Amino acid sequence: MTSTNPTLDLAGGASAPPAGPRPARRSSARAAETRRKWYEIIGLTTPAVIVYVMFVLVPMGFAFYYSLFRWRGVGPPTDFVGFDNYVLAFQDPIFLDALRNNAIIVFGSLLIQGPIALGVALLLNRNFRGRTVFRLLAFVPYVLAEVTVGIMWKLLLSDAGTVNAMLESLGLGSLVQAWLADLDLVIWTLLAVLTWKYVGFAIILLLAGLSNVPQELNEAAAIDGASWWQTQRHVTLPLLGPTIRIWMFLSMIGSLQVFDVIWVTSVPAVRSLGASATMATYMVDNGFFARLWGYGNAVAVILFAISFVAAVLFQRFLLRRDIEGAITRRAN
Amino acid sequence: MAANAVLPRTTKRRPVSWGNPLTYALALAVAAVSITPVIYVIIGGFRTTPQIVANPAGLPDPWVWDNYARVLSQSNFWRQVFNSAVVSLGTTIGVVVLGVCAAFVLARYTFRGREVLYTFFTLGLLFPAGAAILPLYLMLRDLNLINSYYAVILPQVAFALPLTIVILRPFLTAIPRELEDAAAIDGTGRLGFLWRIMLPLSRPALVTVGILAFVTSWNAFLLPLLVLGDASLHTLPLGVQNFSSQYTSDTAGILAFTSLAMLPALIFFTFAEKQIVGGLQGAVKG
Repeated sequence: MTSTNPTLDLAGGASAPPAGPRPARRSSARAAETRRKWYEIIGLTTPAVIVYVMFVLVPMGFAFYYSLFRWRGVGPPTDFVGFDNYVLAFQDPIFLDALRNNAIIVFGSLLIQGPIALGVALLLNRNFRGRTVFRLLAFVPYVLAEVTVGIMWKLLLSDAGTVNAMLESLGLGSLVQAWLADLDLVIWTLLAVLTWKYVGFAIILLLAGLSNVPQELNEAAAIDGASWWQTQRHVTLPLLGPTIRIWMFLSMIGSLQVFDVIWVTSVPAVRSLGASATMATYMVDNGFFARLWGYGNAVAVILFAISFVAAVLFQRFLLRRDIEGAITRRAN
Repeated sequence: MAANAVLPRTTKRRPVSWGNPLTYALALAVAAVSITPVIYVIIGGFRTTPQIVANPAGLPDPWVWDNYARVLSQSNFWRQVFNSAVVSLGTTIGVVVLGVCAAFVLARYTFRGREVLYTFFTLGLLFPAGAAILPLYLMLRDLNLINSYYAVILPQVAFALPLTIVILRPFLTAIPRELEDAAAIDGTGRLGFLWRIMLPLSRPALVTVGILAFVTSWNAFLLPLLVLGDASLHTLPLGVQNFSSQYTSDTAGILAFTSLAMLPALIFFTFAEKQIVGGLQGAVKG
């Protein structure tokens, strides 16, 4: 894409095309200009590079280093244990539960949120009075802080909470559950809360994608006698492909590192049994609160490695065609 | 793009009609699922705890203002609002300033290594902030930044930079080169061009990345939880969480506190919704 960018072509005076003898004065002015350009490049990018390297890249490097020690976080790490922490993690049934829960959340989110969001986005993309208001309302859960959502659902879903009370009053007493305390049920309850919270994000992205679909195409299809459904199925959906895949990618990465909603909504006792733990809550529980810093960092590296591999595979097989045009460049 | 029913038809918008009843039924169902729990929490704040215990799904009878008054008269609450504002504004300013400078270079300068630098930044999209949290804490501790606003602001800026640059660069690239030439002819250097022409023209994109950074920071929980142990520095999410675990029996108080904590984000988003969707439109363009 380098060649297509309408940028200043200042690429180093030396490699500039017009060859042949040039007056000396001209070329020294050029050298000064090149130097000035590099000063600007360095001056403008350095602050961003420093902050980014220092707070994003360096910590991940340290995570790997610390993960090789048994270390309580006091003084420098000295008790080198190699990859023992990693072995321990994969032998801990609670960590394996956390892995399973993350898998449930990743696939559950994709399979449940995707169809719902698509339906709602197509609905809210229709032209009708009050559409703006309905859109705003559909985005509300996504805008709320994870913590407020967690506390809200924790109250609603408690044993004597509103959800159970409403089931009772509707004569559905048999459906009353210990939503957040039942060890087999809790992860599905949390999946439902996560779905409620994050489906709005998928809707926002899909609506943005839909507004890029030229209206003329829909009108042409209508003139050709296509019904609304046929238009959506054969015209709109194929054009939404890139947006859907980008959402899938972001949803997957988000699900792998989900922390806030799980942490606030689920009861610590249930979490410590593994029923509602995720990799991230397991990492914070063990690393930060139990002060097993070496072990916690090993879990961090595992979490990172899984996210990284998933992201690379996804990019390789699904995003390859889109990423160029869709994320990195605004095709004008 | 909005359904501006009140605007006269003389605008170029296509006429907006009343949709069919099915459309409204479905739209109402979506709205109900989205906001019923939220309305329940807000209304619950107007009840007393005994009322809620007696009938969790009832309406306030009588309506009481006491819960909201109690939270609003707490100095803690305002302290937390202030802390959240400082952290979110600091993060937003940091992200926008650093992001624009880097994106400007990546968009308007041609130099060897440019694409490498861009890829280097986009790699950050693959680094989950959550995974780095433990070593990040250790590093901030070694830098003596724990229990300061910087401990939240700096990492938040760093983790928001990749997305900011990915959104801003295409925007800055798309601004016509003729403007730059014209500015050069008028004797304006590249930096003057950035300041006087680029920034005003790219305001929509700047607002989008600013809003995204602000909302993310305002709602952030994990990083503040670990690095802000000092209660006087707690942000609103930490405050809500503490209140709810400290006064578990005060259900009505928790509902009121939670509602008040929701309010800023809701108001903010109502005004910024168009900007966010409009800004993302560029990012998901197929």
